Amino acid sequence: MKILVPVKRVVDYNVKVRCKSDGTGVDIANVKMSMNPFDEIAVEEATRLKEAGVATEIIAVSCGVAQCQETLRTALAIGADRGILVETDAELQPLAVAKILKALVEKEGANLVIMGKQAIDDDCNQTGQMLAALADMPQGTFASKVVVEGGKALVTREVDGGLETVSLNLPAVVTTDLRLNEPRYVTLPNIMKAKKKPIDTIKPEDLGVDVSPRIKMLKVSDPPSRSAGITVPDVDTLIDKLKNEAKVI
Amino acid sequence: MSVLVIAEHDNQTIKPATLNTIAAAQKIGGDVHVLVAGKGVSGAASQAAAAAGVAKVLVADSDALGDQLAENLASQILAIAGAYSHILAPSTSVGKNVMPRVAAKLDVAQLSDIIGVESADTFQRPIYAGNVIATVQSSDAVKVITVRTTAFDPVAATGGSAAVENLAAAGDSGKSAFVSRELAKSDRPELTAAGTIVSGGRGIGSAENFSILNPLADKLGAAIGASRAAVDAGYAPNDWQVGQTGKIVAPQLYVAVGISGAIQHLAGMKDSKVIVAVNKDPEAPIFGVADYGLVGDLFEVVPQIVAKL
Repeated sequence: MKILVPVKRVVDYNVKVRCKSDGTGVDIANVKMSMNPFDEIAVEEATRLKEAGVATEIIAVSCGVAQCQETLRTALAIGADRGILVETDAELQPLAVAKILKALVEKEGANLVIMGKQAIDDDCNQTGQMLAALADMPQGTFASKVVVEGGKALVTREVDGGLETVSLNLPAVVTTDLRLNEPRYVTLPNIMKAKKKPIDTIKPEDLGVDVSPRIKMLKVSDPPSRSAGITVPDVDTLIDKLKNEAKVI
Repeated sequence: MSVLVIAEHDNQTIKPATLNTIAAAQKIGGDVHVLVAGKGVSGAASQAAAAAGVAKVLVADSDALGDQLAENLASQILAIAGAYSHILAPSTSVGKNVMPRVAAKLDVAQLSDIIGVESADTFQRPIYAGNVIATVQSSDAVKVITVRTTAFDPVAATGGSAAVENLAAAGDSGKSAFVSRELAKSDRPELTAAGTIVSGGRGIGSAENFSILNPLADKLGAAIGASRAAVDAGYAPNDWQVGQTGKIVAPQLYVAVGISGAIQHLAGMKDSKVIVAVNKDPEAPIFGVADYGLVGDLFEVVPQIVAKL
């Protein structure tokens, strides 16, 4: 069974981004970039399925600028077998990425797609569901447990109020939640081995996909800032402030 | 122009998130219709019809819709999508699961988690864990939208008298099946709808210690939340998580106990009206957003607060 794992290059989760002063976008020049944390969990899960003998090949895919190659190398160092870079300088929105991935799923004959539930930059939480819709596959979103057996994927999902389990006919799309696994550290020997693994570079046009954006960003702004609070010396003052100043209790 | 709202419900009753979403739909303008798709939903449908500002309630009742599987629910929405310029659902786990599927089938982009409506095609939504507010304009014919419920005041649950219309229900896709559900039982208010939330972090130290928050939550009539660190450490269940990747809350009062205040956590609670932080580290970033901060050992401070409330 082939598993396709899409990975995204995003601003590192520890970086606090700022708006450009003219409001045209977010200033991401010279900030640290990393693999989207949910995608690391996806690569780890695919690798575990391969180690368990369920999967035969893991293909990592990243869409975007040439530097996404570094993100693919990280995926290869975790355990992916080969990479595909869909290179474009155009702004890619979830629908466009889903179309690219659909074309790749068909081209590669993947039986399972495992990807992050959301990217921490645009916070969309759409691409997996969109891919499932376009490829007419069932979806197991926000997965905290995945069991693949007998042509089906049994996915436990984190939902409001608890957990639910669904059974999906393969091929299927699974999106990862935080609790699915703890990604392994990438070791130096594996980084060296990853350099020898192949990465194919193609263009969206090669797949016949139109990536033009549907949503236009008119401006960005800082969220309203909270006025500075105070430190209270003791519990009595705290309760007094909450009762008489803030009037919330 | 008509706007369709997908009701969030448990087959018996409408969830409050639906009322916030109707409020967002009203800001867009036009007739607001509500789709109640599920199994045995007559009670939920009559509640939807009673909500203020709803012109029509559409009911789809079938076995295939009972568990809100994305594949079946999306087909049901798509069956009537042609009549609408906007389709809205709350950003709950059901809404986030199904709406991108609807959008992709309509070949339109989706607008996730909007917090403001500027016009029928221009909306505000947070990105980068809420550190940036983007104003975005959609050029698509149909706008498929999920709504951050805490950003819109709910419409009144009574007073409306919408017509109820039954629809032909969509069949089962045959591609997925519901297996089981384990819902956490709780007598406390629902986290996303609670007026007061008491939240614990890694500073609590263990799952047993988490019960230190119970008397405080009882006294305040509060829901209990947790930071990702506390959930990852197994101190609290997953669905208590407040933050960028958990629940987004905006109560009147948010009490953060033993939470340092990572940006991913702040993304989930910084729109709370009043924030109180109890932490022994005076340098903890949580004090940067807290209205009232108390530096001290939570194991001493929390029982003191309970005793004096």
